[in-house]
Amino acid sequence: MTIRQLSVFLENKSGRLAEITETLAEADIHILALSIADAVDYGVLRLIVDQPDRAVQVLKNHHCAVSLTNVIAFGLPKEHGAFARVARVLADHGIGLEYCYAFNDYRASKEALGVMRVEDNDKAIQVLQENGVTLVSEEEILSE
Amino acid sequence: MDQEIECASREDMRKLQSERLAKMVKNAYEHVPFYREKLDSMGIKPEDIQSIDDITKLPFTLKTDLRDHYPFGLFAVGKEDLARIHASSGTTGHPTVVGYTQHDLDVWAHCIARGLTSIGMTKADTVQIAYGYGLFTGGLGFHDGAGALGMTVIPASSGNTNRQIAMLQDYGTDLLCCTPSYAMYIGETMKEKGIDPKSLPLRATFCGAEPWTEEMRKEMEALLDVRAYDVYGLSEIAGPGVAMECYAQAGMHIAEDYFYPEVIDPDTGEPVEDGQYGELVFTCIGKEALPLIRYRTRDICKLERSKCACGRTTVRMMKPQGRTDDMLIIRGINVFPSQIESVLLSLGMEPNYQMIVDRKGNLDTLEVQIEMAEEMFSDTMKNLAAAEKRIAEALKSTLNIVAKVRLLEPKSLPRSEGKAKRVIDNRKL
Repeated sequence: MTIRQLSVFLENKSGRLAEITETLAEADIHILALSIADAVDYGVLRLIVDQPDRAVQVLKNHHCAVSLTNVIAFGLPKEHGAFARVARVLADHGIGLEYCYAFNDYRASKEALGVMRVEDNDKAIQVLQENGVTLVSEEEILSE
Repeated sequence: MDQEIECASREDMRKLQSERLAKMVKNAYEHVPFYREKLDSMGIKPEDIQSIDDITKLPFTLKTDLRDHYPFGLFAVGKEDLARIHASSGTTGHPTVVGYTQHDLDVWAHCIARGLTSIGMTKADTVQIAYGYGLFTGGLGFHDGAGALGMTVIPASSGNTNRQIAMLQDYGTDLLCCTPSYAMYIGETMKEKGIDPKSLPLRATFCGAEPWTEEMRKEMEALLDVRAYDVYGLSEIAGPGVAMECYAQAGMHIAEDYFYPEVIDPDTGEPVEDGQYGELVFTCIGKEALPLIRYRTRDICKLERSKCACGRTTVRMMKPQGRTDDMLIIRGINVFPSQIESVLLSLGMEPNYQMIVDRKGNLDTLEVQIEMAEEMFSDTMKNLAAAEKRIAEALKSTLNIVAKVRLLEPKSLPRSEGKAKRVIDNRKL
């Protein structure tokens, strides 16, 4: 149970992030979660959107380097230690986390939405589910 | 086409060259004050020049000599005999102006027609000329050359890529002539539009006017499904067609019956041995209006005198390895933009790059900006950093200096429909 994340190469120059997100807005594509990773000269914009395939097309037409990556979305109850519990499960099972980000305004604030990219999706999905972490499917996200 | 000349014995060729050299030196001495003064000051009389071997007695001509005598000071004919003017863009001061009599234009067209024939073109073929028309010699040079052969000419000029592609599709173009970067751009655009190059009748390209590499040739041949041929020329000597590749793709046959080549050591001016790299020098032994003697091209290349697989015996010039004046000296190391191109192509990347040279403190810095390719892009910083490192290491092993690699978004470097601007040197030297 993975969801598709859009990754966009971002040159480090002012206005670029605005341009890209405006392009998506003009195409009526909604951003459900996002994070930006930064190096010195460039960054990678990671997005969960409601129409991933269309978003790829729109951005390619806009001359962006863009790709789709399978990532795991999970629910985070709003209580102390919720994320720590998830991190512990991964650590105990030797699953390396590439990156992770969370979005606090999901499901009328009952839960936060977390997104993680790991080396081995299948193994991570299995151990997360075995340890009671709620995973969220693409359909669920898109129906929001 | 010209078997007697193109397959001449060395002896016959030298005889012809000797006759023409004697005649042109006499012409230059009598009609160009610059050459008369120069030869007089060296104590050389036109009669001293009898054999082609005597050429080493003659002085060199530099690009600055043309600029110093702007516009027509080195012309050997008056306006009544001039048929055409071409000029190079003058990025530093005056443009370089060159003139042709009708005879010169005929010679030029004839040389190009020979080259077109040597890759199998005939009057039944169609050529699309996507070099710029105008003062630049690329467009009109090929135009007249293809006309002399009787080909069907599409005078497309450069630019408007969509229209170029439509013409390739609709007019049955067999040969495309343009700069290599523009040919690649046309190919890339076709790929984006989903046009299969195999659906086009196009079978060859003749590319020149900017440096390109063997790797780029392979890319272009795959991208456009053609045989890609190299052409060399410079307006001071004639324009494109001074040397052109034949179907054997084994170096460019120099039209040495009109343009006599030498390769010299750029520092000492002494001739180097055949097969050694040095600066290419031409003497226009068959031209009337601008009889340049030992003109220094600044191109670094070597000559090959063995008989070509095509049967022609004319001397071939190997692809120039750079220019004495394009050559960058970074931290004391000679760097040619073509080296960067080779590295990128060897890594399977498009050769879209820009070199930024700067000086910080007393240290030269080189930044190579490269457009991110789809295959190279990753969502993880780890992979991106690894890709960057791979390029930086490949650059270092080829250039022998450390270059900072900077990844750019696709299509963010300026695309040239003429010559690509590859180097930005911000050093105040």
